[in-house]
Amino acid sequence: MCLGIPGEVIEINSKENWAIINAFGVKSKIYTSLIEEEIAVGDYLMVHAGYAIGKIDTEEAGRTLKMLEEIAQIDA
Amino acid sequence: MNIELNKKLLDRLIKLSGSISGKLGRKITLMEVCGTHTTAISKSGLRGLLSPYMELLSGPGCPVCVTDQTDIDRILAFARLPGVVITSFGDMIRVPGTHASLEVERARGAHIEICYSPHEALSYAVQHIDKEIVFLGVGFETTAPAVALSIMEAKALGIINYSVLSVHKLVPPAMKALLADPELNVDGFILPGHVSVITGRKTFDFIASEYGIPSVIAGFEPVDIMEAIFLLLKQIVDKKTETMNGYARLVSEEGNIRAKKAIEDVFEPEDSSWRGFGLIPESGLAFKATYADFDAAARFPVEVPYSSPPEGCSCGEVLKGKIKPYQCPLFSVVCTPADPTGPCMVSSEGACAAYFNYGDE
Amino acid sequence: MTSQKNSDIILLSHGDGGLLTHQLLEKYFLPCFNNTLLEGLTDAASFPVRQGKMAITTDSFVVDPIFFPGGDIGKLAVCGTVNDLAVSGAKPLYLTASFIIEEGFPIADLERIIGSMARACKEADVTIVAGDTKVVGRTQADKIFITTAGIGYMLPEADLGYNRIVPGDNVIVNGPMGNHGLSVLLERNSFSFDTKILSDCAPLNVLTEGLIKRFKGIKFMRDLTRGGLATCVKEIALSAGVDIRLNDSNIPIDDEVRGITETLGLDPLYLANEGKFLIITNGEETGSILEYLKEDLSAQKSNIIGHIEEGKGNVYLKTALGGTRRLTMLSGAPLPRIC
Repeated sequence: MCLGIPGEVIEINSKENWAIINAFGVKSKIYTSLIEEEIAVGDYLMVHAGYAIGKIDTEEAGRTLKMLEEIAQIDA
Repeated sequence: MNIELNKKLLDRLIKLSGSISGKLGRKITLMEVCGTHTTAISKSGLRGLLSPYMELLSGPGCPVCVTDQTDIDRILAFARLPGVVITSFGDMIRVPGTHASLEVERARGAHIEICYSPHEALSYAVQHIDKEIVFLGVGFETTAPAVALSIMEAKALGIINYSVLSVHKLVPPAMKALLADPELNVDGFILPGHVSVITGRKTFDFIASEYGIPSVIAGFEPVDIMEAIFLLLKQIVDKKTETMNGYARLVSEEGNIRAKKAIEDVFEPEDSSWRGFGLIPESGLAFKATYADFDAAARFPVEVPYSSPPEGCSCGEVLKGKIKPYQCPLFSVVCTPADPTGPCMVSSEGACAAYFNYGDE
Repeated sequence: MTSQKNSDIILLSHGDGGLLTHQLLEKYFLPCFNNTLLEGLTDAASFPVRQGKMAITTDSFVVDPIFFPGGDIGKLAVCGTVNDLAVSGAKPLYLTASFIIEEGFPIADLERIIGSMARACKEADVTIVAGDTKVVGRTQADKIFITTAGIGYMLPEADLGYNRIVPGDNVIVNGPMGNHGLSVLLERNSFSFDTKILSDCAPLNVLTEGLIKRFKGIKFMRDLTRGGLATCVKEIALSAGVDIRLNDSNIPIDDEVRGITETLGLDPLYLANEGKFLIITNGEETGSILEYLKEDLSAQKSNIIGHIEEGKGNVYLKTALGGTRRLTMLSGAPLPRIC
């Protein structure tokens, strides 16, 4: 059971532990009770079964992408 | 998705796999243990594209599929209880039990609501206090925290008509059962990305340290899966054995502490029976005493005779990665998504369904 | 207590053929559908026919929910039948509409539905010339069921058939896939998505008539309803005894539809459409047909999605990565998955 969707936070309510995310142009309300870190508008969350399970580290994503671009450049 | 990058990576991957496979004198064998990976690999065409040099096997990665026959029959018995509304993720609806499925029970009058989240089920309970709402707790570590939270919330709010039937399963014990099999012959594992978000990378170190097999935690886009395969191939070439984190943008060393705590607060590990594997110690989740009131199995004692899988069904062997779906004698002849014999053909994350629907040969 | 004749809900008496039935007709159906053939309230409508072949079709509509973004059961009942005629190469003329209504159904909803039907008829340039209304007791029908039959004449230029489909032909669709099925599914379930996925429900006959009259190379057309694009293409491949090869990157799918279906674990290629059809045509006219479609406001996202090959009924889909997927028939209702 791994299907998750990545969504951008467009509204956050820390007191009630929910956020509105925008995933693929669709907005939905999800619960943030499982996220330890601070969540701000513009952050990206991975959502599963209506709950955010993690905050996506966009810098790390950038590093991975660079590594992959390097692999792709190497000539056979 | 960056098509150009993906195509270049794929090209590199095919060349590298070909070269390594040539040196080894055989195909490389990798196994993934996550239904979402199974489906993503089939859907993207990766399995077929790499097949000249690499076998991408599927293991016990589909929580619906690994739920054993007796538990499925127990779920169906619950559906027949008067005054009970079964709330469930959509995957469970067509899974065949010994005599019926939830879909059939619904046609016979059972009340079944499909939910995307256990929170929805809880809201349903609040809106229908005259009914008993039972949520089917199916899923691995990715899903268990959300279910645990719904139980904690039910208790905090005093919602008495909500309970959960836990058939949750844990991945590391299943990996151990797989690895204990002397017939297992894989060069590396692709590990489930979102289960790892919860458990943390460290949880899977034992695969390298105790069993000497390389593994990489992977995300779910084709590019993520290709990245994981690259990292595995590199380990094979360098003769290294590590559990690497290929999904670092989400997976940390320790995982999601809050999620783990939610599971620990509500549940404790118990021995659980897996389709194909039999009893795996400490591989299921049972209710702790504090939340025992929300245990549907305790609230509704239902007697269900032991049931074995249908005659000829090879889901067990498919789940252990011993045979490919098309090697099951029933595959596409008797067992199809329209008329499934076992769960692997009807669950949208089942290996048999993936092979059938996406035409993997 | 409001009197029977001022009732705001459908009563059993509305279906008994007496005063209340008449009142329903006079107050709602007749003004709404507004035509002389209907107004006579004769047992049958009669009209002159021209030489050549006629075409007739029928369908029942039981969609749930009855109102959904982009349409309702009424609009569906008109467009569905009109489109069956249209893709068969016919010009639709007249429809019949039979209603089975559950006791207690709000008359305001009925008004809304038949208003919808009237607008759809106007857009398709067809008239509803015969009909029937029955009322059944509470719980004996789910709100409202509609059956429409449609009759039209075969366009003389039309020459469609499985036997005309040959290797080398191309497959074109007139726009994005999956919108109707997804719109209904989202409306039916209480997902917490804030979105505007609209059903694509629309009459296709004006478009198809224009195409048939201009392009002799059109070999076959089919509307892509239940089972979606994939099921329809598979059916054609089997019936025509050919293989069909599609290219995933060329199949138009709206971003929002792609996103939500991915989230819910659905495949837009298997979701119903109510305003989409496919054309199988020879190579020479493919370009001009595409151009013609794109000039129509409703079909600007039309695209060539694949071609016909020698074969036995297989359907192949080339994935974005360049891999190949085999498409099968739809089996079982699409469900949102979590795992």
